[in-house]
Amino acid sequence: MKIGVCVKQVPAKDAPLSIATPAHWIRESDIGFETNEPDAFALEEALRLKEKHGGEVVAISMGPERVKQTIKEALAKGADRGIHVVDDKFYELDPLGSARSIAAAIQNEKFDLLLTGLQSDDQGFGQTGVLLAEILGLPHATIIMQIELLDGQRMKLKRELEAGWFQWVELPVPAVLSIQSGINKPRYATLKGIMAAKKREITSVQRASLNVPPALTQKVQKIYVPSRTKKTEFITGSPKEIAAKLVEKLKHEARVL
Amino acid sequence: MKILLISEQREGKWNKTSFETLTAAQKIAQQTSGALSGVVIGKGVASLASELAKYQLEQIFLVEHDLLEHYTPDGFTIALKQLVEAEKPDLILFPHTYQVRDFAPKLAASLGKGMIGDCVDYHHENNQLVFVRQMFQGRTVADVVFEGSGPWIATFQAGAFRADQVAQRQGGDAPVKNFTVNLQADQIRTKPLELFREAKQAVDLTQAARLVSIGRGIKAPENIAIAEKLAKALDAEIAASRPICDEGWLPMERQIGSSGQTVAPKLYLALGISGAIQHVVGMKGSRTIVAINKDQNAPIFEVADYGVVGDLFEIVPALTEELEKSKTG
Repeated sequence: MKIGVCVKQVPAKDAPLSIATPAHWIRESDIGFETNEPDAFALEEALRLKEKHGGEVVAISMGPERVKQTIKEALAKGADRGIHVVDDKFYELDPLGSARSIAAAIQNEKFDLLLTGLQSDDQGFGQTGVLLAEILGLPHATIIMQIELLDGQRMKLKRELEAGWFQWVELPVPAVLSIQSGINKPRYATLKGIMAAKKREITSVQRASLNVPPALTQKVQKIYVPSRTKKTEFITGSPKEIAAKLVEKLKHEARVL
Repeated sequence: MKILLISEQREGKWNKTSFETLTAAQKIAQQTSGALSGVVIGKGVASLASELAKYQLEQIFLVEHDLLEHYTPDGFTIALKQLVEAEKPDLILFPHTYQVRDFAPKLAASLGKGMIGDCVDYHHENNQLVFVRQMFQGRTVADVVFEGSGPWIATFQAGAFRADQVAQRQGGDAPVKNFTVNLQADQIRTKPLELFREAKQAVDLTQAARLVSIGRGIKAPENIAIAEKLAKALDAEIAASRPICDEGWLPMERQIGSSGQTVAPKLYLALGISGAIQHVVGMKGSRTIVAINKDQNAPIFEVADYGVVGDLFEIVPALTEELEKSKTG
């Protein structure tokens, strides 16, 4: 089974964000980046499918040079090779443009399965998997909690719905699946894996060479820090003082005790 | 401007966020002097179309077919694409549900158009619609505009607009028009099987007056005990954000947020929860929200009434002690 998995690199969770000028993106210069957490679940699922059924796992990422690190981490965990779609200004793309670019870069791979995480923790479009399926002419399913291969041709999938409901669906292979976070426990890279990864190949494709139509369907006018909808009263002091003030307020001001 | 609102139902029951998006759609129609039509899609859902016809809408399109009885991305996309090509709307609005996430981007791409998803608001300025959506897990927001010609697709997050502000129709019900779709079984590649619930819900957090909710900041399962002690002192139930339940530190039924429970207790105490939108939609209706977090920029403070920036491992035990003292004293 040949599995492609899309992994994105996003600003680290605790990175202090400041907005760039013009305000279309954040300042990248002084922050750290990490693999988008939802994509780690997709990668883990791909690796488990390979371990069970054999085949190959290819990690795909789009962005500037820095995203190679995210591909390398995927290789260290067990992916066999990587594809880097190179674009320094990938953040200017809309969801359709991003998906068309990735689709163009991988269309000759003919993956049996293409996996994505649920959404990215930076732009949070949550559309890439569904769009890839439509562009590549493949069926898809999203928010997947379990994958069972019935035979080489079909899969049974557990989808999460809202408010505690789930649904089983059957889908033919090849297909695109968006994996729900929490489906598995992503592994850590081992030292052996990190050493082995050094020999694995990362193919770079310039996004500009892919002939994706440049017209955008949407454009970010500006990004900004949201104004407060509620006035938060901050309580300060030593832990003991904070506790006393808070109990006082909850009792007599909010009256919820 | 011609606007379509696509409502959502499953097995004949509304997804209530449809009416929140209807409120937004009515406002947009009013500000743009637009014509707003509603869409009900499924099988055997004529009664829902009649119900929707009571609201301020020009007309209702009832899209029914045997193959639309159970949702599939192929079936819904093909059917709605035919409606869109016949009606030529400028703007198509959806509630941002799990089902919509599953097929609305596909519908957009099949039309060669884009979708602005998960919007929390919109503005109408200089004759242009500007959609507001969150980025970086709610730490920033973005004003986004459509480029090029329609139809444009936008989806609104649960809680972005209020369903109780929806306008009723004056002068009788809106006409319901049947829209016939051309759909064959072999066009649908997904085979939907049974719907089920995972486990019987042992606790009903929606009924709790007070909740102590924990997030990543709790760091390790053995630390949950300090939150449980606080919950006991407050006579509260314990709850959590998704990562905690994903780790298996608390059962799924204790999860608050878009994939868990939506709650509105008298008191919601968020410990070490950053406040990602998926969590906030499940608790922002709480009467009083207290957030304790070490990061002063954590988005949870956006919705908090009382905020404490600091180490929860120092503050929570002090708070528990203070509550026990005030009880006995």
